[in-house]
Amino acid sequence: MATEFHNLQELRHSASLANKVFIQRDYSEGTTCRFQTKFPSELESRIERKLFEDTVKTLNNYYTEAEKIGGQSYLEGCLACSTAYLIFLCMETRYEKVLKKISKYIQEQNEKIFAPRGLLITDPIERGMRVIEISIYEDRGSSGSSSGSSSVSGSTAR
Amino acid sequence: MSAVMITRKVRKWEKLPGKNTFCCDGRVMMARQKGVFYLTLFLIVGTCSLFFAFECPYLAVHLSPSVPVFAIVLFFFVIAMLLRTSFSDPGVLPRALPEEATFIEMEIEAANGNVPAGQRAPPRIRNVQINNQIVKLKYCYTCKIFRPPRASHCSICDNCVDRFDHHCPWVGNCVGKRNYRYFYMFTLSLSLLTIYIFTFDIVHVVMRSVDKGFLNTLKETPGTVLEVLVCFFTLWSVVGLTGFHTYLISLNQTTNEDIKGSWSGKNRVQNPYSHKNCFKNCFEVLCGPTFPSVLDRRGLMQEDSSFSAASASLPPSRSNPVSQTTKTTAPLIRNEHTPDEAKRSIAAPEEKSYSPREENGSSPREEKSSSPREEKGSSPREEKSSSPREEKSSSPREEKSSSPREEKGSSPREEKSSSPREEKSSSPREEKSSSPREEKSSSPREETPKVPPLASPEPDAEVSVTKGPAH
Repeated sequence: MATEFHNLQELRHSASLANKVFIQRDYSEGTTCRFQTKFPSELESRIERKLFEDTVKTLNNYYTEAEKIGGQSYLEGCLACSTAYLIFLCMETRYEKVLKKISKYIQEQNEKIFAPRGLLITDPIERGMRVIEISIYEDRGSSGSSSGSSSVSGSTAR
Repeated sequence: MSAVMITRKVRKWEKLPGKNTFCCDGRVMMARQKGVFYLTLFLIVGTCSLFFAFECPYLAVHLSPSVPVFAIVLFFFVIAMLLRTSFSDPGVLPRALPEEATFIEMEIEAANGNVPAGQRAPPRIRNVQINNQIVKLKYCYTCKIFRPPRASHCSICDNCVDRFDHHCPWVGNCVGKRNYRYFYMFTLSLSLLTIYIFTFDIVHVVMRSVDKGFLNTLKETPGTVLEVLVCFFTLWSVVGLTGFHTYLISLNQTTNEDIKGSWSGKNRVQNPYSHKNCFKNCFEVLCGPTFPSVLDRRGLMQEDSSFSAASASLPPSRSNPVSQTTKTTAPLIRNEHTPDEAKRSIAAPEEKSYSPREENGSSPREEKSSSPREEKGSSPREEKSSSPREEKSSSPREEKSSSPREEKGSSPREEKSSSPREEKSSSPREEKSSSPREEKSSSPREETPKVPPLASPEPDAEVSVTKGPAH
């Protein structure tokens, strides 16, 4: 039973947190930041698999771009070293620029895709880049089945 | 309830668990014990001041004015690197919030199945495949997370640090992913500075002795003797340390992995992070991206949006029961408890977890360090450890090895890391400056090859390796 919300504000005001799903990191390619694209079962009825996977893949691409070791990162490193890293007081690093892009992207995705389906993605940087936290909301009007799942983490919403 | 509440902006660093000290409103982050860091600073600044006072005037005139200029540039670079290493976040991983901790617990339960009563639960390990090698991820009972590969829990700072290298008392901070390159640049530039000062001291003494004789020279510039002494002992330790880290970088290894022998030996996994190419490894470590801190230290504490109206009038520091980043030590599993007890505590209602947190949240911030420990139920250990730590003595090492969490598998490591520390901690008290540096270099390096590659410790044990005084 899909709960329909029209925007994020409606979600926050009229919905209660039912559950949270955590997408873990994918370490198969080393310690670079990647998240698993495995579709969690809790979201089966909530969102299409393809939309979810596209979101995670885009996030992975952003992180790969941020952590790319190549000419640009080398130049940035050399320049910073020659100024005893004082240049970072005035300049934003490439990683920080990409993080801003990521946070904008997540906000967009939340507004367009996830909030209408009663879901909310938390930026991984707020969770130590360990997990992508997806909060599942239930309409306060709906009872019964949601109360069961909210017993574990519903209290956290208080 | 009083009508007027003075709200005070509380920044997130004030509520961070762990044993770090913060300065400048969260901009500076260091370990709790800073004594040795002040010593390092004193030695560098003191020796360079003597150099600028005694040698530079003579050398500028009789040799070249570029000599003091280059010395000044090098000095500033060394200080900048030292401060950058000491003051930055080494790559601390924030602790899991209660929901995440519960989620992980559920996964562990599901994976382990039913364990008969009285039997020890299987160790919490997750196997991942990295570049076709199996790497085990261990569960951190303090932080309630499965540690990412190469991360380790520093017991001195009580944090999990990503790509943990070692805890360096000389810089007063952990060395991890975010500040390793600054640490390396610090040791490299300090080696250069030491060699530079030592060389020009000798040149200066020789040049002056030709004119006035050796003894007269020493009488005129007494600082030279002190400088030569400090530089001589510093040279061996710092240059050795730089060489050691250059070796580690070329193999893309951390000091922690080197000590534990993670990638050495025939039957062990080969280093999956190495590119098998020396230059590529150096490139990655030194010229890689600058990672941002995931600890939002200067962010303001947020109240939960669901009851923003009700709690807005209350001071956030006192009534923030669901503050996002505070007291993230989810009391589901207390530290000394075995996984069996953990299962019982999971069943306990979550409401119980909030009352202690609220009480602790109201305690004054000066007790920030002690209250999370009490909440976690490890207060006996904390009380024991807080006083010896002030003395910077060897007792923390001994105390640590007797704490309940340290188990048999980790005791060899405790003994190994305790002996260099005992040597080092006694020497500053006996002698002034030179010998700590000497001991610093020799003892850990002597220790490391003697210790056989460690078998993987019992997974329940906290992996908290700190290298000896050198780092």
